[in-house]
Order: sequence, then structure tokens, then C-alpha cells
Amino acid sequence: MAAGIVAWGVYLPYWRLERSAIGAALGGAAGTGTRAVASYDEDTTSMGVEAARRALVTPGLPAPGGLLFATANPAYQDKTNATAIHAALGLRSCVGAYDLAGSVRSAWAAVAAGQTRAMLGGNPLVVVADLRTGLPGSSDEREGGDGAAAFLFASQGAVAEIVASAASTGEFLDRWRAPGEDGSHVWEERFGEQAYVPLAHEAFADALKRADLTPDGIDHLVVAGLHTRATKAVAASVGVRREALAPDLGVTLGNLGAAQVGVALADVLERATPGQVIVVVALADGADVVVLRTTAALPAAQAARRAAGVPTVAAGLAGGRRDLSYPAFLTWRGQLHREPPRRPDPDRPAAPPSRRSEGWKFGFNASRCLRCGTRHLPPTRVCVSCQAIDEMEPERLADVLGTVATFTVDRLAYSLSPPVVFGVVDFDGGGRYQCEMTDVDPEAVRIGDRVEMTFRRLFSAGGVHNYFWKAKPLASEGSI
Amino acid sequence: MASRGIRDRVAIVGMGCTPFGEHWDKGVDDLLTDATKEATASAGVALDDIDAFWLGTMGSGVSGLTLSRPLKIAYKPVTRLENMCATGSEAFRNACYAVASGAYDLAMAIGVEKLKDSGFSGLVGSSPPNDGTNPSMTAPASFSLLAPAYAAKYGVDEAEMKDVLTRIAWKNHYNGARNPRAQFRKEVGMDVIRNSPLVAGPLGIFDCSGVSDGSAAAILCRAEDAHRYTDHPLYVKALSFVAGPAAGPIDPTYDYTTFVEVVRAAEDAYHQAGITDPRAELAMAEVHDCFTPTELVLMEDLGFAERGSAWKEVLAGTFDLAGELPVNPDGGLKSFGHPIGASGLRMLFECWLQLRRQAPPERQIGSVLDGRRKLGLTHNLGGAPGACVSFVGVFGAEPSA
Repeated sequence: MAAGIVAWGVYLPYWRLERSAIGAALGGAAGTGTRAVASYDEDTTSMGVEAARRALVTPGLPAPGGLLFATANPAYQDKTNATAIHAALGLRSCVGAYDLAGSVRSAWAAVAAGQTRAMLGGNPLVVVADLRTGLPGSSDEREGGDGAAAFLFASQGAVAEIVASAASTGEFLDRWRAPGEDGSHVWEERFGEQAYVPLAHEAFADALKRADLTPDGIDHLVVAGLHTRATKAVAASVGVRREALAPDLGVTLGNLGAAQVGVALADVLERATPGQVIVVVALADGADVVVLRTTAALPAAQAARRAAGVPTVAAGLAGGRRDLSYPAFLTWRGQLHREPPRRPDPDRPAAPPSRRSEGWKFGFNASRCLRCGTRHLPPTRVCVSCQAIDEMEPERLADVLGTVATFTVDRLAYSLSPPVVFGVVDFDGGGRYQCEMTDVDPEAVRIGDRVEMTFRRLFSAGGVHNYFWKAKPLASEGSI
Repeated sequence: MASRGIRDRVAIVGMGCTPFGEHWDKGVDDLLTDATKEATASAGVALDDIDAFWLGTMGSGVSGLTLSRPLKIAYKPVTRLENMCATGSEAFRNACYAVASGAYDLAMAIGVEKLKDSGFSGLVGSSPPNDGTNPSMTAPASFSLLAPAYAAKYGVDEAEMKDVLTRIAWKNHYNGARNPRAQFRKEVGMDVIRNSPLVAGPLGIFDCSGVSDGSAAAILCRAEDAHRYTDHPLYVKALSFVAGPAAGPIDPTYDYTTFVEVVRAAEDAYHQAGITDPRAELAMAEVHDCFTPTELVLMEDLGFAERGSAWKEVLAGTFDLAGELPVNPDGGLKSFGHPIGASGLRMLFECWLQLRRQAPPERQIGSVLDGRRKLGLTHNLGGAPGACVSFVGVFGAEPSA
């Protein structure tokens, strides 16, 4: 009957940038390892959708009663980004959806609010995503990473119950960014370290006291934060057993910013056993600490995720497409302005038709003929097979797999990352749709390939992000 | 309910066709004026003798004013219409019905497109405000789906398929080299075609029709009045047009080896014209070779070759200028480019020349000269495989017995 986390999901993009590629292009230190890179058609909202889908994939979960989306890098200001996630998940209109956006610590606000809502009985879905970059050659560019995580909280049935939490806050210029700037500013590293470490100790001690726990009783310790030096110092000084320290995911993924704590916690949940104590410490303008205890429900949840084919964070660390060029990375991030093709820029999607087709554009709902069963993508009112009019029901195909019936590589179509691969996808159980493919090697795609749908940002025009679905090879290597 | 047609009830008595190409020095008004001037001179009529006008253009102007303003047509009906790549043929078809009905004595159908002022590569469409979910596949990408599907279905290997497509482009450029109105007037070597840079799927630059400007016009009247204007009219035998339900892109049974719309339009046209064996009865065909695999598939859809055999017929030269059934003797879209509103009437212009034995000797079709065959066909399709509109017309220089 414990309140806490009942399900989790992580999304790591398909692409990795070798840090040595930056050094090779700009000179200076070669660097080692890779960072995770959101593709040209992804942003924090689209990655949030993918993480949330993975959290909700297993059967028997309570329906989310609220949606909290946190990111330091929102796709829109003024407009709520969580509404696109809400629509892409097909949540009912009575479910509230809110952003906590702007700072890295927003993520913790979402988690804290999620905990509170769970205790009150609301089944909130908390989604955190970040897309980290900085000026070319910066430490943030090299050490950052892109990804998302999602947690479903509930008042009962938790796989990890919330035992206690604590926080501390300080006002100091560790890192900052004015709206519209391309990169963040950071003060000298040792300044931040001396500010963070005492704040972390304070919150850590408070949380353990509330949990009636000593450091040697901790089975898993996650210390997250963009200030790497401070996180290492805290992990080494709070008195937790060395083997309890969660592994550093940054070597492969980079520091995922607001999403880092979520991805690291998900990694622990995928490895933990019942009755273990997990302590998460997040450093961002202070420190946040939560103490969790895994329950007997955890192994079943882990097994259900395996059965549903959801790859683990560990699998994501091992995978990924590593041949992304640095110029392509800069182009995707808008930092290298390349000659466009002699083709018109795409038109901005219009608000009224986008609103009318919310179920299709965001939820990938087809229509199914009630008379003859034919599926229509996009949904239509008249059946192509039996001509019945207005005898349709919506049917969500976002989570239905398909097969490539045929495809082509379009070298003329507008794209930030040409050439565009178009696939004709036949869905399991009927229905066909011609759509863009993504996270795909144009040389490797074949007729008969299995694909799944993924929520993407097709392009942005006139300040409008055009979200829609694409097909991608099933379980693209490294993308989870 | 039936499609009855208007066989031999309408005759073309004059035509004009501008050179097609990059007319940097001519605007839409100039192209319309040039085509109209040539057509009226050809029919021996003054512009004021014409009672009604149909103007086809995809995007080079809206309303009848696009024609009446430059030509100073005073207070006559001018209809502007659009039906994708069949726009020019649609202007002609509707003008025919107006004359056949008796509503007007003399009508002009004219098509125009000025593509080279946009500065873009390829054709550029514009959509009404939308939700941003329509696939942005370009035309070459859409039509490139035909080639691998056809090859797989009929067991043609990749190299053979490349040879077939290359042969189609080579043949059309060979014909275009013999046409002073064509955009490209040089033969192109097979290796140049085969090795051209890829645009979409297996299609290279030379598998795609060009982008050009042009205009063409026809003047028509009821058949019984034709000899008032000319001793050599061209009679309308069939006019067929269909719009499909756009089922292909959503129907898993569609296999990208046929245009159902073309099959249906051809059936209707052959019925109207009384044709039972098109391959044996037609002297020529002007078909919509927007991309080389389109022409390949059309040979089967139009009944010129058995299913699965067109690729062999292409390699055997059946559709060459000197072949059994010359296809695109004027050079086709391949040599002319595709100024959308003008293309259908440009095809008709070749029938006008060929069937009345007025084509230049270097491309005059032998079976017409020696009187063995008398009918010509024009065909357009607009849209993409599985979701298109199609026009088929049949024409002849003699009224049927």
C-alpha cells in the first residue's frame, strides 16, 4: 500500500557524438567517450513523450491523473509544453498538464510535486527531459547530453516507496543563462564546489534523520548535478559505502542536466532488489534529497518491462550510433548555418487544422470502419472499402508495430538532415501509411524491416514546432 | 448512367505551341500571347471570332483575367481551371463539351505555366493551411517507388531495370532532338543517363522531366463546321478523366506497379473511341513521362503491353520513333519539361502535327504516312502513385466511318 513510484521510463536518443570529433575539428584536447545527442527532429518535448510512453508500456498501471513536465530547455515559452505530451499520450482532457520549466532544478520541483500528489492520491506522471548544449568548444557542449525520463507515481502499488525527503537552498552564481543565449555561463569550478558541498550535507543529513537511517544503510546512492566536481565531492564525503555509488553515466551519455537524476534513478530501479534503500541527491542551486525503499512489487515490474521489450538504461549505454559528424551536430543545433536547398521553406502548421486533428497529429489515432474494419490513416469519415459514412471509431496506432512495404530515399526534399527516407508502412492488424523514417541508415533500410512509431518534431517554421509521428527501425540500436 | 463520349462531334481547327524552355525573357502574358497568336493564325480566325475560353494553369495566375487581361479579350467567358498535371487536358476537355453542347460555336483551350520564375529546383506546390502532417515527399520520390516494386514483382534485376529506365529516357531525348520546340534538343548518351546523380531512390537526374516554361492552345468547333476553317481538322474521338479515391497510400494491397486511375481512364476512352486493341490501332501515344518508371508502368496501364512485359518491349524498341507504337514522338516531358498547365495541350499539338502529316520528316511516324494507322492518344496523370487524377484522349484526322 506504499505511495511512490509505480513505473518508470527512459528515453536516450539514437545518436552519440564522439568527444574526439570535437577536438579533431576545433583543436585542443581530444576528449574521450561520447555524449548522447538528440536528433535534428527531437526536442525536450518529443523526448519526454518517448520516455513517458516507455513508462506506461506495461499493463495494469493506473491511468495518469496529472502530467508534470520539467525541463531546462523548453521548446516553447508562454505555451505549455506538457500539453503536447498529454496529447501524444492520448490522455483524457480532464487530466491536468503543467510545465516546470527554465532551470535545471525544475526537474526536482516536478518530482517533489509528483510525490506530494501521489500521497494525496492522484497518480501523477512526472516527465523530465533536457537537451544540453553550449557554444562550440565549450565544456557544456562536450560534457552535456540529451535524454528524458518519466515516472508514474501512485498512492499504492509502488515499486519504490518514498521514505523521506529534504532540501536546502542557496543563492549563488554557479551557472546561469539569460533567455535567448546560446550557452550557459559558469563561475570558477571551485567556487561552486564550496557552495554546494555544505548545502548537500545539510539536506542529506536532514533526509536521513527523517528516514531514521544511517549512511551505511544505503544500498544505492545517486548524486546528480551539472557541477561534476561538487557531485563527486559529495558522493565521496557523505559516508556511503563505495559499492553503493551509482555508476557515472556521463562517460557515454554526457550529463543530461534536468534529466540526469531521472535516468540515473531508472538505472538503479532496473538493477535493484526488493527492500533496498535508494538515496538520490540532486545538486542544483542547493540540494534535494529523497530516500526511497524498493518494495516486493519491483521484480514483477522489472519482468513486465523485459516482457514488453523495453531496453534497459544499461542497454542504452552500450548502444547508440557513434558516427555522427561534428558539423552535422552543429547543424542540428542551429550553430552552423548551411546553404539551404533550392526548395521553399516549409509552411507553418496552422492552429485550427492542428486543433481539429489533435487525435491524429499528436495521438496517431487512425479511424476504423465499424462496418468492415478497414483502418484509415489519416482518419477519414468515409470508408475507402465499403463507403460507409460516419461509421468510424478512433483507434490509436502509435504503439502498433509495422513493416516497411517499400521505401525511397528522397534527396530533393527539405530537411535539416538530408536525405529524407520515406517509408510505406503496413501496420500489424491492417492499415498503411506513407511517412518519414528517422534514426535510420538510408543505405541499410530494406523492404520488410520492422518499424515502430516515434513522436518527433518534423520541422519548425514561423516559430511553430511541427510535431508528428515518424517510423523508425524497431529498437534502433542504442535508442531506448 | 454511362460515359458516352462525344466521338467525332468536335474538331480542332487550329493549334499553337510555344517553344518550351527557360524563358527568362518571357512572362506568363508573353507565353499566352504567343500561343494564342499561333493558334488563331493556324485556324485563320481573329481572336474576336472566338466565343469562349478555357485557361488551364496550376499556379501561374488565377481567374479568367489571367488570359483576358493580356489578350484584351472583351467581355467573353473565360474559365480558369486546375486539375494538377492534367490541367491542360482538362481545359481542352471542358472546352470540347461547351462546343459539343451547342452553347458556343468556337472555343479556345489554352494552357500555360511559368515555372522558372520561382528560383526553386523541381516542381513546387502550395497547400492550403494545414496541420503539418502531410508527408513532404517530393514528386521524384513518390514516383521512384514504382521502379523497385515493378522490378520485384516481375523478377527484373537491378541492372536490367536501370537499362530499361535508361532506354526510356534515351528514346525520349532521341525524339526531342528532332523537335525544335523541345527544351532539350540533344540526344543524350546511355552512359550519361545511367550515371546521372541520384535524386530519389534509383532515379537519377535524367530519369526526371525538366522544369520549363511554355504554353499551348487549341481552337475547336463542332465537327460539322470544321471545314469552314481548315481542310485538315483533327477530330476528338474520346475524352476521359477520372479522379481516384486516393486509396493506394492507405491500402496495403496496393503494390505500386500500376495506376488504377489510368487503367480506368483508358478503358473509358477506348470505349468512347471504339478501340479494342490499342497497341494495334494507335499510331502514336503522348504519355505523361514525368519520370522514367512512370512511362514504363503506363505502357501496361494503357494496354500497350501485357502486364509484366513492358520492360522487354522497351528494350526491344517497340515504343521507339520507328517502333511498332511510337510513344512520345515529340520527346515527351523528358525533352519538354513540364509546365503543368501547358503539357496536355503540348501533347495534343504533336497529334495535330503527326496525324495530319505535318510533322517534320525526321520524326514523322511511318504508319501515319502510309495510312496504316490513324489514331493518336494523349495521356496525363497528376498526383502520385495510388492517389492521382488521369486523363486519356484519343484523336484522329478522319471522321469514323
